[in-house]
Amino acid sequence: MPVISYIDAVTQALMEEMKRDPRVFVLGEDVGVRGGVFRATAGLIEEFGADRVLDTPLTESAIAGVSIGAAAYGLRPVAEMQFADFIMPAVNQIISEAAKIRYRSNGDWQCPLVIRAPYGGGVHGALYHSQSVEKIFTGVPGLKIVMPSTPYDVKGLLKAAIRDEDPVLFFEHKRCYRLIKGEVPVEDYTVPIGKADVKREGTDVTVISYGLTLHFALQAAEQLAQEGISVHVLDLRTLVPLDKEAILEAVAKTGKVLIVHEDNKTGGFGGEVASIIAEEAFFELDAPIKRLCGPDVPAMPYSPPLEKEFMLNPDKIATAIRELAEF
Amino acid sequence: MSELNHKELGLSDEQVLEMYRTMLLARKIDERMWKLNRAGKIPFVISCQGQEAIQVGAAFALDREKDWLCPYYRDLGMVLTFGQSAKDQMLSAFAKAEDPNSGGRQMPGHYGDKRFRILTGSSPVTTQVLHAVGIAYAGKLEKKDHVVLTTCGEGSSNQGDWHEACNFAGVHNLPVIFMVENNKYAISVPLDKQVAGGEIWKRAEGYGFPGVRVDGNNPLEVYKAMKEAVERARRGDGPTLIEAVAYRLVPHSSDDDDRTYRSREEVEEAKKKDSLLQFKDYLLQHGVLTEEKEQALLAEINREVDEATDYAEQAPYPDPQETYKHVYA
Repeated sequence: MPVISYIDAVTQALMEEMKRDPRVFVLGEDVGVRGGVFRATAGLIEEFGADRVLDTPLTESAIAGVSIGAAAYGLRPVAEMQFADFIMPAVNQIISEAAKIRYRSNGDWQCPLVIRAPYGGGVHGALYHSQSVEKIFTGVPGLKIVMPSTPYDVKGLLKAAIRDEDPVLFFEHKRCYRLIKGEVPVEDYTVPIGKADVKREGTDVTVISYGLTLHFALQAAEQLAQEGISVHVLDLRTLVPLDKEAILEAVAKTGKVLIVHEDNKTGGFGGEVASIIAEEAFFELDAPIKRLCGPDVPAMPYSPPLEKEFMLNPDKIATAIRELAEF
Repeated sequence: MSELNHKELGLSDEQVLEMYRTMLLARKIDERMWKLNRAGKIPFVISCQGQEAIQVGAAFALDREKDWLCPYYRDLGMVLTFGQSAKDQMLSAFAKAEDPNSGGRQMPGHYGDKRFRILTGSSPVTTQVLHAVGIAYAGKLEKKDHVVLTTCGEGSSNQGDWHEACNFAGVHNLPVIFMVENNKYAISVPLDKQVAGGEIWKRAEGYGFPGVRVDGNNPLEVYKAMKEAVERARRGDGPTLIEAVAYRLVPHSSDDDDRTYRSREEVEEAKKKDSLLQFKDYLLQHGVLTEEKEQALLAEINREVDEATDYAEQAPYPDPQETYKHVYA
């Protein structure tokens, strides 16, 4: 199998889905001639032309709103928000419209739309190019939220998202774009939305994560294996719909759970995962549920020591796992 | 009314009579809803009263077999013209399971009906204006020649989404018509405190397409402007902005009291220009309508509204379990 980068998996999925289905088109800021500021849509305009690779005016609400109209009509738009931080002007369209179109019309209308957005820090992006925004949307039924960590999952899940009948927010960790590489099959495949994946088997402590921090957890697990601590790592991959069964299974496996994400701790998705475990797997637990998350400050600062302080890393995760293992 | 003649616009006597009938039906449905609300039978009404000529005149200029609507909550006359019935409105007012807009999920006025290409709408204003641009863009990609009409009030035309939609449609020269139904009030706030300069139609110039202002009490004037806009859009010449000026004859909604912000004299003065009175006069003068025909028409409409009301009142509510359906496919 060829080894490709996380961002190449995005581009390949778009290219293949646009070839497969003429209803699929992409739109966003600089997605055309420039191929996206991260180059995720590179090569698409040459292949499919400017009408299907649409450079929009600099208006995020319009990117979402125009996509919603086209999706309701029957097309399959894939919208790009240049940075997840800039999704804010489109939140009304996403929450009031995309999420509710099927429900409010009693199933008469649908909104098969994908919104891709690069999120996350560790790239010297400061406050407005580093945010994790998933917690704004995880409490909004009607949306699906996908946050893959590997090239294999990116490609398979993006294809599944484009083929899905409902609106999907597809968050890509921008630090992963060129850092993370992996094997991806040449032939067509999808990864089902709503299924978590065990990325490492272990017996002492379970780590539940997604995105960049999933890789930090795997690195920590590798390090701890040498100390005799066996770590089980579950990649949620999809936050909504959530694979509860996989969470409960992963908890039962070790009885000790660490939930890790870059989004702020308060209101972050880890709270929901912890609640499910407390409600449904309390008697499996051998230690209190632990969360390791981005701190509760407004956003990630620019200056390197401040950014480093905000970001999680394998060492911070290893320390938290050790504490749990020793409990 | 101005000197426009329906025959010169290509409208037959039957067509203008049908226009009048639809305007009257909209008014009578609306009036009945207020009575039902005051009698405690339905929780909420939002009105079209005063804007019937805009809505019916505009919708008549579209192709009702292939064009699309992204309306707003006052467009009762428009959705009736596109095919919805009195019964549909009453099912929505009583929030019954058969409500074609939403199965009783949404408040009245939140239209949406796939049968007639009326896109489902919400309460945050002007979100639908961007959806209209999306449907127009989809038509371009699919090489269809449909036109999309989207409407909103003058207050709503201040929203960012409205401006983003005009700009997007202008840049891509899309077959979408933006119509602002200027009824002079956004709930309690009058035009001069809502719209700088007071002339919405002029905003089109900034977006690179034509803007016109029409008398919203004259369905023929609205029809004429809309017909031109539709032809422009259909032949690939892009969007048009139409500002149709009328007056909201009743409070914002059944929960509003307009005595707190405007004088009775002002409202009474506006009622003298009511489009229904003016259009009736026109039709009488042109021999299309007689007092006898008018009486017969009213009797027929009253019967239709009565039957719709009775049907909807007795129709079943949705099953409580419906609450959980249609979240995802």
